[in-house]
Amino acid sequence: MGEHGHGDPTESGAVIKAGDGESGKYAIDNPGLPPHRPRVADEDPKAEKRSERQVATLFLISIIGTVIFFIGYFAVELSEDLQALRLQNTLLGVGVGFAMLGIGLGVVHWAKTLMPDHELVEDRKPLRKEAERQEAEQIIDDVLEESGIKRRPLIRNTLIGAAVLAPLPFVLTLRDLDRSEDFGVERMRHSMWDEGVRLVRDPTGTPIRAADITIGSAMHVIPENLREVSGHAARLSEKAKAVVLVVRMNPDDIQQVTPGREDWTYDGIIACSKVCTHVGCPVALYERHTHHLLCPCHQSTFDAAQEFKVVFGPAGRPLPQLPITVDDEGFLVARSDFTEPVGPTYWERGSTDPEGDYNA
Amino acid sequence: MSATTEKYTEAQYLEAEQYQPATRTGRITNYVDQRVGGTGIVREFGRKIFPDHWTFMFGEVALYSFVILILSGTFLTFWFDPSMASTRYDGSYAPLQGLEMSTAYATALELSFDVRGGLFMRQLHHWAALLFVMAMSIHMLRVFFTGAFRKPRELNWVVGCALLIMGLAAGFTGYSLPDEVLSGNGLRIIDGMMKAIPVVGTYMSFFLFGGEFPGGEVIPRLYVLHIMVIPALILVLIAVHLFMVVTHKHTQYPGPGRTERNVVGYPVGPVYAAKAGGFFFIVFGILAVISGTFQINALWNYGPYDPSPVQAGAQPDWYIGPFEGVLRLMPGFVGEIPLEFVIPTPWGGNSVATPVLIPMIPIAVMFLVMFIWPWIEAWITGDKKEHHILDRPRNAPTRTAIGAASVTFYCIMWGMGSNDLIATHFMLSLNDITYWSRVLIFVGPVIAFVLTKRICLSLQRKDRETVLHGHEAGVIEMLPHGEFREKHTRPSDYELYTLVAFESPAPSGPQPNAKGKITRTEKLRARLNQWFYQDRVEPVSREEYLEALEHDHHGDGHEGGLEATDRRSIEASH
Ligand code: FES
Repeated sequence: MGEHGHGDPTESGAVIKAGDGESGKYAIDNPGLPPHRPRVADEDPKAEKRSERQVATLFLISIIGTVIFFIGYFAVELSEDLQALRLQNTLLGVGVGFAMLGIGLGVVHWAKTLMPDHELVEDRKPLRKEAERQEAEQIIDDVLEESGIKRRPLIRNTLIGAAVLAPLPFVLTLRDLDRSEDFGVERMRHSMWDEGVRLVRDPTGTPIRAADITIGSAMHVIPENLREVSGHAARLSEKAKAVVLVVRMNPDDIQQVTPGREDWTYDGIIACSKVCTHVGCPVALYERHTHHLLCPCHQSTFDAAQEFKVVFGPAGRPLPQLPITVDDEGFLVARSDFTEPVGPTYWERGSTDPEGDYNA
Repeated sequence: MSATTEKYTEAQYLEAEQYQPATRTGRITNYVDQRVGGTGIVREFGRKIFPDHWTFMFGEVALYSFVILILSGTFLTFWFDPSMASTRYDGSYAPLQGLEMSTAYATALELSFDVRGGLFMRQLHHWAALLFVMAMSIHMLRVFFTGAFRKPRELNWVVGCALLIMGLAAGFTGYSLPDEVLSGNGLRIIDGMMKAIPVVGTYMSFFLFGGEFPGGEVIPRLYVLHIMVIPALILVLIAVHLFMVVTHKHTQYPGPGRTERNVVGYPVGPVYAAKAGGFFFIVFGILAVISGTFQINALWNYGPYDPSPVQAGAQPDWYIGPFEGVLRLMPGFVGEIPLEFVIPTPWGGNSVATPVLIPMIPIAVMFLVMFIWPWIEAWITGDKKEHHILDRPRNAPTRTAIGAASVTFYCIMWGMGSNDLIATHFMLSLNDITYWSRVLIFVGPVIAFVLTKRICLSLQRKDRETVLHGHEAGVIEMLPHGEFREKHTRPSDYELYTLVAFESPAPSGPQPNAKGKITRTEKLRARLNQWFYQDRVEPVSREEYLEALEHDHHGDGHEGGLEATDRRSIEASH
């Protein structure tokens, strides 16, 4: 470890030792560390005293910060309104902030102005010595030799086999991460919608009379039987598949009807799954003039006038349409379940209907 | 077996026991030392040298924010209950009273409204998390651009990459815990992306959520990951990371007095320790002030998770931005042709969600290349030496340009993650921004590459200028014979050395292997090597420098008293 002095630039090559292997490599040789420039506080006792006072002041500020924290904690009465909470939060934050900054800045200022600022030089040790490497290699050889693992392939191979198999039970026990009775992909093909299930408003649960929907309006809808599902989690999971958006437009604006879907709408009222076919966010925004539905997550845009075909964004399929009609009392009801799985595409989704349980 | 079994003398054994400390402190330290051997630690670390530079600070910031995360996070666990059991909210926030919600959300609200300092701690935790990932990212950029990942530090670079991924995982699992609308939709997106993975994806989702999304299991599971598994891994990785830093000793920037064989800097005690320790309090203080004054993730505004509502314009945490953005960039259809397709199989076909899968590719490639970059670069350059002196970014133009291109690529994805905000802020069409970004994501990195390389090369040329002709003093003088010219001052040796001490190897060309054959991979390597090192600017050589001095000597316009001694020392060393 060497330390450079206050020397003259042409004489300060002391820290570069012969054998560093770079002499003559570059345009000039390493001139060594520049001379140390003393700071004001090193030479002027007044400046030194001033630094000392500054550091102490910073520590005092820290103490004041802690006091501010106490005031915020005890003096602010939390009440119903957010105002008191905000005030308390600010006092706590600023208090802790001062308490910490005071200590931090004080110590750093101390280190910068009053502690020695000589740069020191230390040698890098080579990572290993050749003699030691040989010794280590010898040790490993001896260990392997004594264990006999090389000479006894039977032991080695059975050990490898056992070690590979032994973790499997722990992996297997993860199987019950999903303990549901209807385990498998089949459940993803169905929702709570069925023939005759009423469309009700979300979240009030009131049924919807077709005549009450004005042209250009949109509403968030759930199946009436959703509230019969017991348990919060189960209800949310069912709801995640069954949420529907109902819009009403001028029947003449509907530009496209696939054969077989003629009776899926009712007098310009058209319903679709609200679960985006991209990765599943709720498609919640409806623009009445363009009949476009927008998913806020990645901005897939679907055209309600063209059977919810994708007009922009990353979604790969139209939103599934829910066939609807009205019942005897004039309330909107579903004609059937969706005729395809709702939501994001998954590997087992496929295009066909092996069970034949979709009637489209 | 071992050659180093020395014998200790009887006196050495007795010495330790007979030592009588004189002072009180001496007695205490002696007590500890005799039991755990503190002498060795103090001798090893007490005066260990650490180079100091402001760019070495970011790793420290990351470490300190992690400490703050642990402290504030522990506080939060005392009140937060990750259960998804349903409850009716009856806390003090009036607008949500009487609503059915999960216990997780209810306790997160209670923590914010009814526990004094709870809101502060939650905000501190969130801000610290943002800073944690931010500091790690900048630290990695610093390491990349200065070439600090080169031998012998390749493995530590990998540990760093793993830390970054763990940081992202910690962030995401934490973000999902409060179970309000925002985090629920975040989970929904994860669910959708998982389901897109061929063959195993659907079941991964089932196993994570304990059935169909959202179910009643996922939050406690994420909680265990968030407060135990991930922090434990991060702690282990940090320990390994720091251990390796000590083993390798820190890198240093090139400069006078610095060589590959030494470390120049401040000793741990007292200066470095004081600065680093003080810096922890500064980071803490800044985070505390921010948490006290800037609201973050006001979860009472969102309401309990429900699959139906969604927040438009809601922003995910910044580090999730690129993932979100790249999903937005991808079109689902090209014209009228859907990219999604079904593989016909006897059992009814399997769907491939191409619009979700394709964006995962650049992200996966980016992370993979990041992990193995030290080996890629070493293979291309054929450089097998140890490096403890950092590169100035300009002196490795191709690497710097690659870095800039990757950063650009990342930033475009990130910008796309906020394209809705950009659109409303600057009154642009959202769709136009997306169309342009689809072009930009390919063109932008190329432009960044070319530009950065040019800039590096011209900076290198400027360095050569300075070495050969000195600094322009900004003074025009008239020579005796009437010519005008600008005065130049020669830089000192200390400055010169920094400008000339770097290597800029020529492309090496294909090397035959042991059998004297040039393999096809070797040809590829040679081509990449050519690309990596072409258009190089060489450092000023000794001959050029001497010539410049000679020139200076004959002309009358030179300035600066160093010149004479320069000549002497250089000629002497020849
Ligand atoms: S989830 Fe709707 S666009 Fe991505």
